[in-house]
Amino acid sequence: MAGVWINQILQGILLGGLYTMFATGLSLSAGVMRFVNIAHGDFIVLACFLLLILTTSLGLNPIVATLVILPVAFAVGFGLQRFLLQRVVGENVLLVILVTFGLSIIIENGLLEGFGADPQKVAGGWMETATIGLGGGINMGLFQVVTFVAAVAVVAALDLVLYRTGIGAKIRAVSDDVAAADLIGLSSVRIYAVAMGISFVTIGIAAGFMSIWTDFDPASGPTRLLIAFEVIVLGGLGSMWGSLMGGIVLGVAQSVGAQFDIAWQMLAGHLVFLIVLAVRPQGLFPKY
Amino acid sequence: MTAPTLTLNALRAAFAVALVVLAVAPFVFGATEIVLLTEFMSMLVLAIMWNLLAGYADIVTVGQHAFVGVGAYAFFGFAALANLDPYLSIPLAGIVAFVIAVPAMALVFRLRTAYLAIGTWVVAEVLMLGAGKLEAFGGGSGTSLPISIVLSFGHARDDRLAAIYWLAFALAAIALAAAYFLLRSRIGIGLTAMRDNEEGAAAVGVNITRARILCFLGAAPFLGMAGAIITLQKLRIAPPASFSITDWTVFIIFNVVIGGIGSFEGPIIGTVVYFVLRQYLGELGTWNLILLGTFSIGIILVEKRGLWGLCRRFLADDLIPIAHKPAAPKT
Repeated sequence: MAGVWINQILQGILLGGLYTMFATGLSLSAGVMRFVNIAHGDFIVLACFLLLILTTSLGLNPIVATLVILPVAFAVGFGLQRFLLQRVVGENVLLVILVTFGLSIIIENGLLEGFGADPQKVAGGWMETATIGLGGGINMGLFQVVTFVAAVAVVAALDLVLYRTGIGAKIRAVSDDVAAADLIGLSSVRIYAVAMGISFVTIGIAAGFMSIWTDFDPASGPTRLLIAFEVIVLGGLGSMWGSLMGGIVLGVAQSVGAQFDIAWQMLAGHLVFLIVLAVRPQGLFPKY
Repeated sequence: MTAPTLTLNALRAAFAVALVVLAVAPFVFGATEIVLLTEFMSMLVLAIMWNLLAGYADIVTVGQHAFVGVGAYAFFGFAALANLDPYLSIPLAGIVAFVIAVPAMALVFRLRTAYLAIGTWVVAEVLMLGAGKLEAFGGGSGTSLPISIVLSFGHARDDRLAAIYWLAFALAAIALAAAYFLLRSRIGIGLTAMRDNEEGAAAVGVNITRARILCFLGAAPFLGMAGAIITLQKLRIAPPASFSITDWTVFIIFNVVIGGIGSFEGPIIGTVVYFVLRQYLGELGTWNLILLGTFSIGIILVEKRGLWGLCRRFLADDLIPIAHKPAAPKT
């Protein structure tokens, strides 16, 4: 019996890797620009549909397809921030929330119009089915393990970019004080756009893994947003490594909840989030 | 009298006439129109409340469908399961929504702005998933309202529709009046100051926390009672329908943004525009939402105070003046 629970916890940790990927981009944009992109989840789903087209119509390998959409994702994020969100940012957070909320509804219904409501999936071939046996009836999917490793790599890379590179220093400067950053000659407009571009690259990576891991349909976006959001609040706002821990906590909560009753999966995750919010609002691993 | 003042007076007269007609609508209109007007009143209540929270109290909630759903389920519980008087069950549903709002507020007020927005969404998800676990309420697939409850609002169809309409009209009228008196009050002046500049308002001694608590808790019973009336129209409760984020939050946000967020007239104008558009775009389904989304983003970029903000560029005063005007300086 214990084996079942160990297995569920292990699967939950691996699921946490996927959830961390949903969260890193949101954490970056929220930490730097002080607003939450409500359309974050819908952009992940949009990228999943792009991957679906690339892999089915053009017959690309899913890995190649993901690499193809990364620069596109950067351009979309950069352009979105530069030409739309920048016009309402700073003045009043309310307006940015409303604009990204509008985008979320437009994307969701646009996808519904274009692809219908049926669940879709990108075929991952042998990657999906290969497993690593650990004995005792416990198996880990190779793809799930690769996802987890990739999530750690994304977190490490973002942490490096933010704390060890020039652009990272600029992003942090603008994040701390926009006016002061502009005063010393940084272009906050441009740096915001770059940060959003990086955030969208993580959306592309997350979509690459999600589109193979699970079914998605046009209405899947809001759930991904809620997961991403819970992960960053659980982990502690602005902490990259915290979001990895937040992802794992949420993944394990859902996985263990699902073991009681499959209908409890989402509810268990939400409840753990609310409990942590009630007793430890600064998150489990606050940055400061 | 200048030309803008004339227009303003004409608008005010039209508004007064519309109010009178709406008060006696069941004597004037047929069944189809009454059903539509009842829905209009429920949506108007939701819009007024969302505007109060997002437009004034800086509580951008994306989870207001939570309290609509709670109201619907509570109404069903009191009227169908506890066999209480159906009329009494409506205010009781409001009280339940209020009671649920207290712990919900304690949780989400730990978050600010956009984080708070998504926090309210999580709370709504939890309540919806929780409602699906209530076997007495039909579990995940929901259940129908017993016919006896429906008949208690009138045996003839027209009587019933009229009774439900007047309930919705009364709720909308009370909501409008409550919003008016709240915004005219000392607290409302503070809220308006918060809307314009939160830090400035705090600096001159506005108790922001108290005002926000008052708005959040004050809105909940209205949302709950609207949920009860909506259930009387839909004749069903079900988790995804009673807690519909599209119907009770998404459309409401678009309506208020298009009409004019942070103004008293905004929710009214937005809800009217929504119903007019729906009569013409109703068949479009998903395109309807795409158009509304695009339209509201466009509005935000052009005039963040919405259609009423555009109108106000040509009008001397608000339709329903909320602001206290300082006396003209003596010369």
